[in-house]
Amino acid sequence: MDVTVNERNISSEVGQLIEKTLAVEQSFPDLRKEAYLTFQRLGLPANKAEEYKDTPIARTLQKNFNFQSASVKGKIDPTQFFIPLVEANVIVFINGFFSKEHSTIISPESEISILPLKEAVKGNNPLVLKHLGKYADFKSDALTAWNTAAWTDGVFLHIKKNQTVEKPVVIYYIQDGSDQEGLSINRNLIVSETNSKCTIIEKSDSVGKQNHFSNTVTEGVVNENAELNFYFIQNDSGNRYQYNLTQFYQSNYSRVNTFTFTLNGKLIRNNLQLSLDGEGIESHMFGLYLLDNDTLADNHTVVDHKKANSFSNELYKGIMDGSSKGVFNGKIYVRPNAQKTNAFQANRNILLTDKATVNTKPQLEIWADDVKCSHGCTTGQLDEEAMFYLQTRGISKETARAMVLYAFAGEILDNVAHAELKTYLDQLVSERLHKNF
Amino acid sequence: MLSIKNLQAKIEDKQILNGINLEIKPGEVHAIMGPNGSGKSTLASVLAGREEYEVTAGQVDFLGKNLLEMAPEERAREGVFLAFQYPVEIPGVSTINFMKTAMNQIRVHRGQQPLDAVSFLKVMKEKMKLVEIDQSLLNRSLNEGFSGGEKKRNEIFQMAMLEPKLSILDETDSGLDIDALRIVANGVNKLRNKANAVIVVTHYQRLLDYIVPDFVHVLYKGKIVKSGTKELALELEAKGYDWIKDELALA
Repeated sequence: MDVTVNERNISSEVGQLIEKTLAVEQSFPDLRKEAYLTFQRLGLPANKAEEYKDTPIARTLQKNFNFQSASVKGKIDPTQFFIPLVEANVIVFINGFFSKEHSTIISPESEISILPLKEAVKGNNPLVLKHLGKYADFKSDALTAWNTAAWTDGVFLHIKKNQTVEKPVVIYYIQDGSDQEGLSINRNLIVSETNSKCTIIEKSDSVGKQNHFSNTVTEGVVNENAELNFYFIQNDSGNRYQYNLTQFYQSNYSRVNTFTFTLNGKLIRNNLQLSLDGEGIESHMFGLYLLDNDTLADNHTVVDHKKANSFSNELYKGIMDGSSKGVFNGKIYVRPNAQKTNAFQANRNILLTDKATVNTKPQLEIWADDVKCSHGCTTGQLDEEAMFYLQTRGISKETARAMVLYAFAGEILDNVAHAELKTYLDQLVSERLHKNF
Repeated sequence: MLSIKNLQAKIEDKQILNGINLEIKPGEVHAIMGPNGSGKSTLASVLAGREEYEVTAGQVDFLGKNLLEMAPEERAREGVFLAFQYPVEIPGVSTINFMKTAMNQIRVHRGQQPLDAVSFLKVMKEKMKLVEIDQSLLNRSLNEGFSGGEKKRNEIFQMAMLEPKLSILDETDSGLDIDALRIVANGVNKLRNKANAVIVVTHYQRLLDYIVPDFVHVLYKGKIVKSGTKELALELEAKGYDWIKDELALA
């Protein structure tokens, strides 16, 4: 009973925060209002909420956040977090605020237009008016409703028709928790026009001992025969709590490839949802979570096959050390019209300690009869037989362990197409796994 | 080179080795034969340092050092090599990278400079010829999807690369057709010299037609119950293991 009362408290505290934002934010008043009402109706997910049963987000926020002080602009130098050797358009948010001085756009306007979302709204950008709030489903998730009602900053990416954007776009979400608790609510919109191609990287980093929470929603539409490559690199301090929803709506023959790398942080909840509303679509979702200490990383994915003849493939792999916790929930829907769908999903986990855990749940709901779908999940310890084999060849136990784990992770890295980014990710993973060979 | 005295070992609560005594000198080939479950593979595993086995008594001296105190990788670096009965598949680790890592860790242990990529490849090409193995196989993930014969050939390739002083071949003949058997045995024979020794663990005599042993030992219920020369293997082949069991029963 107490728990329920407390949850109501945190939800109403957040509700008050939203009201404060509503009082100052002028854009999308109707959408924000509707989302706020939805938030009030839903409340933050209770402990028994099915979609959050392994990630008690309401309780966690209540325990670790006051939400009293307003966020302030940090003084941190964000360049320390920049991905080296990857020439890119750079968008920086510090404590949720768009930082113009640290952002750089190098791609020509003919390929892509990159605008702070507020600026795009101010200029009555017709695409923003048309698409914002249309894909990220806030009706069933209180955290997305919160974001939709109370976002403050964000970016709008418009990838132009028939254009290949040569340089990727990197969005940095940097939290400075040195002085005080932090809260960031960012919202992004991506419109990929027909026959376009682009790579986008979202990277979150943070410093400081104070807790910080970010709620980031990225929604978008990927039009016919367009390709969108999307990377998440989550390598934060142990005080970062984050909720992310990324939702794309795909048209005929479009291709979306997503990569989610989670290496550090306190609590990470990633909702990744693809709607395949067309034929000949190809979607790949890759995930690699290398967790340690008491990190909790929860990946909830949805692939929704709405029409015939599309393909989706999902591979998430995790290594849990310390007392970390991994959660994977993969939903695949194949609607009645989606005949000849090919949908594959796999989740593989290694637990390195007795205290580390993983909860994995594939959920396939198939209403069409002529489809090929498969799913599989495995969870095991480090392969002792492989370790012994390597050791009998003179390889130290540490190296053998790194070899086996690196090989496990390598299956994800192998799929990264961007060479310099791959080098960078390889280095992150290698360091993490103490690769010394 | 290797001196085993009263070696006893168990796994979980099951006693498997019940006092093994064996002396091996440089240049010698010893065959260990015996019926299923007699402890042959356990002996090979204990010598290589497999952790699941607990040594309950006895000593093993290898070139003047206490082998039983060493971790598996130290044993390898000192010159012990185990060719596995069931070589492990390790997806994502190529044989080449794995061998380069192994060789260089062994070289560093021996006070030698690690090999650079070019020198390593040169050595590798030489050894590949010796065991008739193709480089395309070595570029692939270690043993992944290899046929039985390819896996065993890869074991002998690794043996050639690491140049052990004592090689233990654990049922290397199992699952091989006659051609593969001949290639594998040829590889082993080419690697033999006066300074190294080989233990051939096998259930059948046929491998010993190709790798001719100096001594044959029969293991039964965790003990060496009979030792002899290569003729003993032929006798076992003709009479079967029941002959030994009957002889023991009478005694």
